[in-house]
Amino acid sequence: MQLNEMTDLFRQKAELVSAKVSEVASLKEAYEYTVDLCEKKEACQLLVSGCEENLSPKAEALCETKPTARIIAAPGMRKNNFSEFKKLADERGIMLIESGLRKHLGGIDIGFTIADYAVAETGSVVLDSSSEDLRLATMVSEIHVAVVRKSTLRATTNALEAELKALMVKDGKAPSYLAFVTGASRTADIERVLALGVHGPLELHVLLWEDKK
Amino acid sequence: MQDAKDLKEYREHIKSALSNDFQRQALDKFAKAYPVGRANAFKGHDVKALINEVARVKDAGIARLDELYDEFKRKAEALGVKVHLAKTAHEANEIIARIAQENGVKKVLKSKSMTAEETHLNDHLEKYGLEVTETDLGEWIIQLRKEGPTHMVMPAIHLSRHQVADLFSAVTGAAQEVDIDKLVKVARRELRAKYVEADMGISGANFAVAETGSIGIITNEGNARLVTTLPRVHVALVGLEKLTTTLDDALKIIRVLPKNATGQNITSYVTWITGANECATCPDQKKVMHVVFLDNGRSSMAKHESYKEVLRCVRCGACANVCPVYRLVGGHEYGDVYIGAIGLILTYFFHSKEKAKALVQNCVNCQACKEICASGIDLPRIIKEVYNDILNEEGHPAESKVLGLVLKNRALFHGLLRTAKLAQKPLKAEQGYLRHLPLIFSKEHNFRALPAIADKPFRDRWNEIKHRVSPANPRYKVALFSGCVQDFVYPEQLEAVVDILEGKGVQLDFPMAQTCCGLPVRMMGEFNAAKDVAELNVNAFDQSKYDYVLTLCASCGGYLKEMYPRVLTEGGKIPVKAQQFADKVISLSEFMAKVLKLDPAEYQGQGKVTFHSPCHLARGMNVKEEPHEAIRASGHEFVPMEEEHVCCGFGGTYSMKFPQVSKELLDKKIANIEATGAEVIVTECPGCTMQIRGGLHNKGSKVQVMHTSELLAKARKKK
Ligand code: SF4
Ligand code: SF4
Repeated sequence: MQLNEMTDLFRQKAELVSAKVSEVASLKEAYEYTVDLCEKKEACQLLVSGCEENLSPKAEALCETKPTARIIAAPGMRKNNFSEFKKLADERGIMLIESGLRKHLGGIDIGFTIADYAVAETGSVVLDSSSEDLRLATMVSEIHVAVVRKSTLRATTNALEAELKALMVKDGKAPSYLAFVTGASRTADIERVLALGVHGPLELHVLLWEDKK
Repeated sequence: MQDAKDLKEYREHIKSALSNDFQRQALDKFAKAYPVGRANAFKGHDVKALINEVARVKDAGIARLDELYDEFKRKAEALGVKVHLAKTAHEANEIIARIAQENGVKKVLKSKSMTAEETHLNDHLEKYGLEVTETDLGEWIIQLRKEGPTHMVMPAIHLSRHQVADLFSAVTGAAQEVDIDKLVKVARRELRAKYVEADMGISGANFAVAETGSIGIITNEGNARLVTTLPRVHVALVGLEKLTTTLDDALKIIRVLPKNATGQNITSYVTWITGANECATCPDQKKVMHVVFLDNGRSSMAKHESYKEVLRCVRCGACANVCPVYRLVGGHEYGDVYIGAIGLILTYFFHSKEKAKALVQNCVNCQACKEICASGIDLPRIIKEVYNDILNEEGHPAESKVLGLVLKNRALFHGLLRTAKLAQKPLKAEQGYLRHLPLIFSKEHNFRALPAIADKPFRDRWNEIKHRVSPANPRYKVALFSGCVQDFVYPEQLEAVVDILEGKGVQLDFPMAQTCCGLPVRMMGEFNAAKDVAELNVNAFDQSKYDYVLTLCASCGGYLKEMYPRVLTEGGKIPVKAQQFADKVISLSEFMAKVLKLDPAEYQGQGKVTFHSPCHLARGMNVKEEPHEAIRASGHEFVPMEEEHVCCGFGGTYSMKFPQVSKELLDKKIANIEATGAEVIVTECPGCTMQIRGGLHNKGSKVQVMHTSELLAKARKKK
């Protein structure tokens, strides 16, 4: 399969499960996209989703732990990339954090990750989530933004088998936590009506990045 | 959860389930939506091939569970996981309770695990004073309501948004709106607060990959990721059969499972956990991780010729989705912990023989589950085998024993039928009322008008008509297998075959020593009698003489073709004659469409005709399109009915055991027939003819029921 066919298929399959797919020319563009997105979250959504509902005192209390500033979590990034991103976020008054996610279980606005691979036939991104902070960033956030380098896009999961195994086994020396993420967190447990964001992100944004091969 | 003590109590349960309007509407909607979503998800794929692959990789694992367990243990323990093997459900629960105690655990969070439901883990942990919270939305809802699941994938499908709103109002102590989106958000926040405090997370696993020592979990909500990340301790409770040899095997299953379960290409999250991962609040920053494998009879099932197939199940829930009985009565009455066809079977192994005994009888044997199963399990066959095993343990009822004895002796059986004909005389005037053959000997009464036994069975007419189908140089030599219903109740359906085959170069024979196919006794769990009867029939036909064994009865046909070789297997070997016999069996429409080739110029039918697809024709003999072709070729306008492949509710003995369910299925069928506006409904099985004709008659409908043979005979131009 040609790259453009794969890209089209990926977009089609990901959009089918309500992911938002865009193209970026550089990582910088991805940061810009993310801070824009964070800023555009409307006032009412400033609240962590669900906190506007009638909750039990305990759940209310957790809602109150969320700082008033908007937060983006971007764990596992290279130092220079993180500082570049942080500069952008600072300018807009957004908190950018890379660790200590357990302190933010009340909620963060956006989790930002760079995917290891992506699979066209299912519209999935593959993330080595062995870092606990990375796992949490992609779970407790309201929105998950995942950058996919086009060079890591594959037609099928089967075509990725060797790479997946390498990520899972890590020479048999280290543990591993690997995730395929496809669309937002969803449920249809009440009357089979689809609802997004039951535990994890309400939205998944995928930024396809034409990287140098 | 099923708690009826016997069949009588179970019938009472069924009655009240049938009056649960919300559940019925919900399941009806789902039953119609599911096939569409599934077909979409599989578009462009060879579904059968994908399912066969799942069966293949599962079978390969099942054959060497011990080795896979050892390999998994070695790999996982090298990465800091403690792996346990529990022989029994109680042992598994105890292991987990001990892990909780050793780690000073007070609060436990769970993500969905059918295996934990199987062991009733929550009850056990609560006895130790632990607080256990389910995090899957559906599971949380039913946990709060103190109920069991009614579906393996959608545990709360029986509840309305109103019920959930009331429940959440009570739980939060704050009034909740009846708005699904908002209710989901409430659950998000309430459960998020639980994650913060929990000490231990319990998950299930869909896969345990031996070559890497990883567990794989698929979820849509993502709760399993939080459950396996936030608490200090993670315990995965995993059925032994979840072991796969390689990652590739697991990926093959993932190609089918979500598509078959919910019509999704893949679930939102697929998580692979290998070893004890990083955990900020844990000693040494490492998660305390345990994997508890549950045997609970699995390793001996793996060695059982018939039951090992059960271990292929990947818990997709599809066998409930397509089951016409589940659709009417819901999961609380169609399984215990496990639901649907697989639930009927697993209840026997894991929960209660008494419950299973009632449950397995509530299968109409329509084969829908078998056709849809993600791993190609022959569920209806195994359901009957479970029933036979239970009867072998507890003794067979006198009634089915008598029927078995009668059927084993053809002369006695046919003699009794002839006597019964005399006995029915006084009744015949008022629309002939008698019971289905050979269940005429059954005590229980039927619930609707059924036809009388014919004055002269087909076997007595044969000599007068056979010359019409005895050409000098035949192109095909065909033997007719009539089955007892057509022979003794609907001989006209068989005679019509003579009308349509005359002059077509077909030599038709009717071997007189043939008798009932034996399906009714097999359905009643009388396996020995079924075997004897099958032998009578195979011996009645000289396999070497015929090109085809033609049958107009789909139930007989499906049974002869699929089950005879298995029923007659002796010491692991299929007798050659039995296989030859089975291979030659063909249905009428397939014979007409594929062998003789239908020629529209021969026919001059007119008017609208619809078709009801008999379960054992469509799924037993895999004949779906040919009847439509026959109707079109006969000159009639074919108007398809909605849900033409759904069972009409006959099912032989079934319609007497569960008359209310049978009647509901029939009512639906009748409504679908009437909606087509057809003047004639054609079908290709005397059982369906009987059921549908009885239903239409009771409604005073003018729609006529015909067998494919009768339609073709009537429409054929006279020479
Ligand atoms: S054979 Fe039909 S009635 Fe029996 S369990 Fe399967 S789907 Fe249900
Ligand atoms: S028996 Fe087959 S259809 Fe039923 S849940 Fe298991 S895999 Fe799915």
